[in-house]
Amino acid sequence: MEKVITAHNLTRTFGDFTAVDAISFEVGKGEIFGFLGANGAGKTTAMKMLIGILSPSAGSATVAGFDLVTESEKIKRNIGYMSQRFSLYEDLTVMENIRFYAGIYGLSLSAIREKSSSMLERLELSGESKTLVRALPLGWKQKLAFSLAIIHEPKIVFLDEPTGGVDPATRRRFWEMIYETAAGGMTVFVTTHYMDEAEYCNRVSIMVDGKIEALDEPSRLKQQYHADSMDAVFQIMASGAKRSE
Amino acid sequence: MRVLLFLLVKEFQQIFRNPAIIRIIFIMPAVQLLVLPLAADYEVKNVYITVVDNDHSSYSHALVNKLVASDYFVLTGYADSYAQAMLDIEQDRSDLIIEIPGQFERTLVREDKATVSIAANAVNGAKGGIGASYAASLIQDFNTDIRTDWLQLPRYNPYPVIAITGSNWYNLHMRYDLFMVPGILVILLTMVGSFLASINIVYEKEVGTIEQINVSPIRKYQFILGKLIPFWIIGFVVLTIGLVISRVAYGIIPEGSFGLIYLFAAVYLLAFLGIGLLLSTYADTQQQAMFISFFLMMIFILMGGLYTSIDSMPEWAQVIAHLNPVTYFIEVMRMVVMKGSTFADIRSQFFIISGMAVFFNVWAVLNYRKRN
Repeated sequence: MEKVITAHNLTRTFGDFTAVDAISFEVGKGEIFGFLGANGAGKTTAMKMLIGILSPSAGSATVAGFDLVTESEKIKRNIGYMSQRFSLYEDLTVMENIRFYAGIYGLSLSAIREKSSSMLERLELSGESKTLVRALPLGWKQKLAFSLAIIHEPKIVFLDEPTGGVDPATRRRFWEMIYETAAGGMTVFVTTHYMDEAEYCNRVSIMVDGKIEALDEPSRLKQQYHADSMDAVFQIMASGAKRSE
Repeated sequence: MRVLLFLLVKEFQQIFRNPAIIRIIFIMPAVQLLVLPLAADYEVKNVYITVVDNDHSSYSHALVNKLVASDYFVLTGYADSYAQAMLDIEQDRSDLIIEIPGQFERTLVREDKATVSIAANAVNGAKGGIGASYAASLIQDFNTDIRTDWLQLPRYNPYPVIAITGSNWYNLHMRYDLFMVPGILVILLTMVGSFLASINIVYEKEVGTIEQINVSPIRKYQFILGKLIPFWIIGFVVLTIGLVISRVAYGIIPEGSFGLIYLFAAVYLLAFLGIGLLLSTYADTQQQAMFISFFLMMIFILMGGLYTSIDSMPEWAQVIAHLNPVTYFIEVMRMVVMKGSTFADIRSQFFIISGMAVFFNVWAVLNYRKRN
């Protein structure tokens, strides 16, 4: 399988605190890769290095075939990112947000028109294009943020705890969107601490205290730890953690 | 170029949707220009006096009348003794005690001289000091009046006197508004540059949208230009509103050219936008940005020659004042508005401000990181 992310001993320290401790892994094209860990385990830090907003202290990585340290601007054309806070402009309308994010990725005006109308239809937001994002319910904001993160059809999309705070029904629908996206060949790199979501991933890695302690398909991890759910696997792993929030 | 365009569209959409910024753009110049020049007036008026008249003679009455008849003094009342008059000072009803000794008229007539004592409340130093010297000069005047009364057409003036007549160039009537308004226009632009711009960028940090920008292929210079240009334009709008207000409210029409004012303002705004930008690269929250720019503003304004003359500052303070961009623009604004100076006259200030603009912006750009 074609590798779109390779990390080798990737490390990040803050002072004498090692947030991410020499992690190595690979992610294949079209894979849904779950990045799990308790709060403070280092998942967000690791992800921020991969998307190029935090420099690694040591180690190396390639994302979308480009070197993390020397070619970070090239990486940025090929990735999408949705942060925990959704990063939409709340004081802009739905349409203005779409136009802005599509515009800064260099989409032409006609492409923006085309994309936005099909996107609004898919999200069932056609009637809301002139609504301020601030006024949208959380679930809609989150779906809109995801659609904007992939509007430029990147090779990889990074999702940082995308379903925090939304109801189970919305979470299900959100995961349907993720499946559709991955089916189209886009790689999905997602951090979460909902263990039921971990079951939906092709492969998961579990971070404990800055290190990757386990990395495999959910079914094989369950087998290996003699557990009947990912939640149980995670409990076993996390019980060894020294760090906490 | 296209990316910059999208950034600018987004920025203006946000600005026009933010009622606070719209209000600041229109109300700030109006309030500052209409209130400050009238209030920040050095002319001491309404000095309250308590008179201790131990003489009750026609001369002592004439003296008090002369004081009260001037625009400067308001009579709080008469006191029977100095101690009683002190009560007025202590209770802040009076600024000055004028004590006329008993036998004032008699000694004046017989011995050709008499003493009047003035005691000033120097808690408000300027008022006390200036009040006392106004009073002294009025008493001096009174002195001349009686002398001419008595001398009755001398054949020659026994005291040769050189009379001094002055004329105040560029501000004939010593109008304070003419002096203050150009300075306040400068302060307005300073606020737009450092305050609005830095708070705007830090806001994006605070809500997290800057992260989304940083993972996008937007270049550093594009992002920064996208932030600078809107506030640059807002600065010109504020300046224009300010010039209209000073024309309508004070009848101030610059002697020099508007073009020169706008040219200098353009570079000056760049310098302050650079400072604002720099601030935003260091601050993480709007609160921090606000406090730092508030602190800087205090120094910039107080050390910029708006209220006090830089020439009379101690030498070390003059050095600081000359590192302060506000100083140069206030100087230039006054020169152009009052004297009608041309580019040749303000060349050195222009180059210094240009240098500062380059310095702060380069520092800010170097310090702005897409990656930590």
